[in-house]
Amino acid sequence: MVDVDVDADAAIGERAFSPGNLAAFYRQRFKVDLALQVAYRGATFIWLFSLIVQPLVSLVVWRTVADSQGGSAGGYTAGEYAAYFIAVMVVNQLTFMWHMWEIEWRVRTGVYSGILLRPMHPIHEDLVANLAFKAFTMVPLVPICVVLGILFDAQFETRPMDIVAFVPAVILALGIRYTIEWALGLIAFWITRAAAIHQLWASVTFFLAGQMAPLSLFPKPIQVIATVLPFRWMLSFPVEVLLGRLSGREILAGLGVQVVWLAIAIVIMRAVWSRAASRYSAVGG
Amino acid sequence: MRRENGASSTGERSAIPAGNVAGGTARSSFLAPHSSATHALTVIRTYLRLGLLTMVQYRTNFLFELIGVSIHLATALLGLAVIFNQTSSLNGWSSSELVMLVGIQTILGSLLGIVIEPSFQTFMENVRLGTLDFMLTKPADSQVMVSFQRVEGGAIAGTIAGATILGIGIARHGERIGLGQALLFAAMLVLGIVIMYSFLLILSTLAFWFVKLDNVLVIFGTTFDQAGRWPIGIYPGWLKATLTFVIPIAFVVTVPAQALSGRVNGLTVAGACVLALAFLLGARWFWRYGLKHYTGASA
Repeated sequence: MVDVDVDADAAIGERAFSPGNLAAFYRQRFKVDLALQVAYRGATFIWLFSLIVQPLVSLVVWRTVADSQGGSAGGYTAGEYAAYFIAVMVVNQLTFMWHMWEIEWRVRTGVYSGILLRPMHPIHEDLVANLAFKAFTMVPLVPICVVLGILFDAQFETRPMDIVAFVPAVILALGIRYTIEWALGLIAFWITRAAAIHQLWASVTFFLAGQMAPLSLFPKPIQVIATVLPFRWMLSFPVEVLLGRLSGREILAGLGVQVVWLAIAIVIMRAVWSRAASRYSAVGG
Repeated sequence: MRRENGASSTGERSAIPAGNVAGGTARSSFLAPHSSATHALTVIRTYLRLGLLTMVQYRTNFLFELIGVSIHLATALLGLAVIFNQTSSLNGWSSSELVMLVGIQTILGSLLGIVIEPSFQTFMENVRLGTLDFMLTKPADSQVMVSFQRVEGGAIAGTIAGATILGIGIARHGERIGLGQALLFAAMLVLGIVIMYSFLLILSTLAFWFVKLDNVLVIFGTTFDQAGRWPIGIYPGWLKATLTFVIPIAFVVTVPAQALSGRVNGLTVAGACVLALAFLLGARWFWRYGLKHYTGASA
């Protein structure tokens, strides 16, 4: 077994990895990962299917609720619920990740022994695979959303400024959600059966990030918790922006909060990773 | 492993058909190419007993399964709370009836998770790794072996939790459940399991052709988890038809729930029987078709 002398800071790549190198890595790796997606397109389409099911079912359920209450419930008409959940579908596809399971597999099979020797932070490898999946599946997702929008008579109240603001909002949301969930995935370095924790996280996100229902339908204390914690900023905020439900001031303030949360998330992630790396080598990985 | 012949030794014991590993000569019947139904039951019982013995060694599985299903149930029930904050009935279903629906969905899902789903996962992996061929040389019905080969006893936690939630739902519902309703409910539950088993078999049989699709059972799992906890009436026509005939999950959860609250009619019951039979026979046919065209791992 290799005795890995891990200098955690060096492993994160403080000394050798310039932005230029990183950009080249992303370019090359993206091409490879995209080719992989194409090669395994059957499996990829099945994953896309599973991403669509939950928002679609929620759409039907809440539409039924609105219809039963004479056209609108909780401040949303049936058409507005359709718009909401189609937006959730898109934003979720753009912000979700699955790598906690891969991290667990890598820890179990010892693959990290090799990864720890590289000068680049391992988060980049996973991020580029994540982006390749999203680039590939966005192509069929857009027409699917258009069809669903027509079928369910979705009512969007989007203004031009919402579309402009949506771009940074969703990129920041992706950054926050991805960084936090990647850091959470590192729990596999400490606990062998992290599945329950990931399931719990997914459930909490399901409610507090607005996947189950618009956050405005929850009692005020819950809304406060979702806003103070990063959940609203991981998914609900870009959705609210896209739907045109926020004023210009609220959008700007929200973007600011997202930037702050992204910084916090990166700090947490780096701290957890350096602990995970030193623990891994301490246990003789 | 003791081979019991007993009453089945009417001359049906067949040797491995010469020159045809994949499954059956022209003489064999559609339903039981290798042997009689008793033998099939013996195989099932043996697998289940072995699985049970293995499970007892891994008690922590049960605990983690219980944690997982509790999170799933809490999520479902909280969701119902949010919805019933806005309305008092969903498509004619009260909140306690929807709680019953969640309980039934959990029971059905966990029953499949005990032996059928793990076995099919193993089967698809075996096709990919080429180890399926060893199973096909055994003198028992391959469909039976493939369906019962692996037991994940921990999933029983879901059945217990689901039954508890169902009980709570029934109690809140307040109406008495007559014996007839209870029997009809049990019968519809069994039909539901048959339909879902057949659907999973059809999905798994695709592994004969699409070896790279190792997540094909996700189609069932996600749809069942998400769409299976709502009454089928909320879906628009095209979706309702899809969820009844293509991915038949809405039907299998809604109909037993309707039986329990006494509002199922004879037509639906008859339809469920026909659907179950159609799916069972169709899945069986598709399985035999896949086997016949399976050229083995070393081809």
